[in-house]
Amino acid sequence: MSKPKVAFYWCASCGGCEESIVDLAEDILGVVAAVDIVLWPVAMDFKRHHVEAMPDGSITATLLNGAIRTSEQEEMARLLRRKTQVLIAYGACAQSGGIPALANQFSREQILKYVYEDSPSTVNPEKTRPQTRFEEEGRVAELPEFRNVVRSLDQVVDVDYYLPGCPPTPKVLKGALEALLSGKLPPKGTILSPDTATCMDCPRLDSKPQDLAIEQFRRPHLTAMDPEKCFLAQGVPCMGSGTRGGCEAQCPKGNMPCTGCFGPTSKVHDQGAKLLSALTSTLAAKDEAGINQALKGIPDPVGTFYRYGLAKSLLRRKVDLQ
Amino acid sequence: MQHKDKTPQAPEAWKPRLLAIFCNWCTYTAADLAGVSRMKYADNVRIVRVMCSGRVDPQFVLDAFARGADGVLIGGCHPGDCHYIEGNYKALRRSELLKRMLADMGIEPKRYRLEWISASEGDKVQRVINEMVTEIKALGPLDLPGRAKAWDEEVAELEGELKEKKGECANV
Repeated sequence: MSKPKVAFYWCASCGGCEESIVDLAEDILGVVAAVDIVLWPVAMDFKRHHVEAMPDGSITATLLNGAIRTSEQEEMARLLRRKTQVLIAYGACAQSGGIPALANQFSREQILKYVYEDSPSTVNPEKTRPQTRFEEEGRVAELPEFRNVVRSLDQVVDVDYYLPGCPPTPKVLKGALEALLSGKLPPKGTILSPDTATCMDCPRLDSKPQDLAIEQFRRPHLTAMDPEKCFLAQGVPCMGSGTRGGCEAQCPKGNMPCTGCFGPTSKVHDQGAKLLSALTSTLAAKDEAGINQALKGIPDPVGTFYRYGLAKSLLRRKVDLQ
Repeated sequence: MQHKDKTPQAPEAWKPRLLAIFCNWCTYTAADLAGVSRMKYADNVRIVRVMCSGRVDPQFVLDAFARGADGVLIGGCHPGDCHYIEGNYKALRRSELLKRMLADMGIEPKRYRLEWISASEGDKVQRVINEMVTEIKALGPLDLPGRAKAWDEEVAELEGELKEKKGECANV
């Protein structure tokens, strides 16, 4: 019997998700032995035309990480969708836009202008910008188009499963691969991580007061944090209460608050709005001046509450951009 | 979530849509008083009754905008008067940060408002709704469903192109 075929691909992402596959360490040998890897640009030499030549639906599973920003990424997402039986959005960017989706607060023009003209490290006196088509000596190069909006994978193609995390942990990945290889797959659309809040995995849970009365929000890098005590009790915004577990509270164990990379639990409709609600309603202040004083510790609410999910928020992007 | 497609409307045909979420004990009763007292206010408002302004999750506000509301008004009891002691303070705390976040996301501050209106202030319901409708009329439509549709057009275009290409290949 032929081995199941698996593809890995990355779109708009940092590379951490690819790294997390290597983080399986010796377990990766078992994966390599059990499957045929047919596409993995970061580690193996396969080309797009190899995938195009494969019959539709012949890849058993594709783990695609990264958000969708360019026309090339859209094309690859569509190509892999056609060739694949089970398409998995791998990591926070593919699931909900991730860090790249924070660019949805800026227009395409603002981004290109900053990157190619205004950033302090840019030297570009001709103000050259990438072109989608370039001709020289009869040879033509075509480049992908930079889109206006950063999208999650499921805003472009149909997605079967989601593996959350920035990046997903080896344990979560291993569980998903085992489910795939054994053929015991949950219903379509399932997020392959426990549907409980990160707080439930947090060793600091016992130190969370029954009634929080936060006097002042504090920014982590300006605060000496007690390594044992609940972050909220210390006034440090922690997203654990509205974020899906499965990461085993790695950040709180490293004395950093949860930033929400596993996305919302199934009970949360819009992660950012829910977290905003949960955190601010526990403030101690009762008047506008006191509340605004306490809120000074959250200078960037969008970046704090939608760090990984702006593309999938109800608003999706800053609404008044052209 | 599926948004109902909104057909583009001529500007003169546009009427702002205002969602009001009122607390059962004070503001909803005040709206009731405005009604029985035959105080006229703009018919652009849809009122939803909740037990307490503290029940209003910011998700409701974003959802309203995402579904096509042009403005959201929340009404609760005056500080100190909450039936549940603390509910309106919770509403106020959320509201302060939500206002800032909405501004960062490009939604004009006048589209979102939190007001304390007691059960006897029917005239305040009338005034606040009328004021807000006038302000939103000046701002024009927010039309988030329409904007989201426009954002997705660039992806749909490529999909069409690819289907054409695939069709060409199949014909060869």
